[in-house]
Amino acid sequence: MAEAITLKYEVSPDDFTRAGEASSDVKNKLKQLGFQPAVVRKVSIALYEGEINMVIHARGGVITVEVSPDFIRMELADVGPGIPDIELAMKEGYSTAPDEIRSLGFGAGMGLSNMKKYTDKMDIQTELGVGTTITMVVNVT
Amino acid sequence: MTVRELAESGIAAAICEGDRMEREITVPFCCDLLSIAMGKAPEGCAWVTVMANMNTLAVASLADAACIVLAEGVHLDAAALQKAAQQGITVLGTEQPVFETALAIYERMKAG
Repeated sequence: MAEAITLKYEVSPDDFTRAGEASSDVKNKLKQLGFQPAVVRKVSIALYEGEINMVIHARGGVITVEVSPDFIRMELADVGPGIPDIELAMKEGYSTAPDEIRSLGFGAGMGLSNMKKYTDKMDIQTELGVGTTITMVVNVT
Repeated sequence: MTVRELAESGIAAAICEGDRMEREITVPFCCDLLSIAMGKAPEGCAWVTVMANMNTLAVASLADAACIVLAEGVHLDAAALQKAAQQGITVLGTEQPVFETALAIYERMKAG
């Protein structure tokens, strides 16, 4: 691919049966475009964690993925409650997910740390009562 | 051992045959917390779990597991089964517990 392409997805709130649709679509498109499996896996995992977080905590939001030959840039923007303490939220094992979410196998407090682990760059902008925008970059080369 | 060989081994039987039955299994992996499986499931693993829902399928697909092995006789509901078929994800099932299942897979892989 010579030029960057941009993919955009609306994430529905509170719909766990559909959670992951955006990530799956991005995964398929990256595979079709011929990206290395390791790159596709990193993007898929980081994006799915972010997508799940948007459903659990933020009543959905918008995911924008910029795909270029050198990097994949993901922006996840929501108008949810914001993150009061980013440092605490980044800690493995810390979670504010409700019980019904835990019963589905989520809420182990690994989301944000997985997102950081599987990307080359991650930035969190958050404001209480306004929303959160997370930007992640996975380098291709 | 390929996914097809596992399905024919007697360790677990196919509930849904996906589109990569000839894929080589790299290692068995046990985990019931999807958040942990997402970050830790090795590529190409046979993921042995008792967590059977729509999100299990998404995690298996996105973490690039070779197949899901549902232990303890748990099963997918009709909607999840349909989704597994649509997405080409292989799901196997067994009445055995998680540890015994993963151990049997491991031993079979070791035996070649």
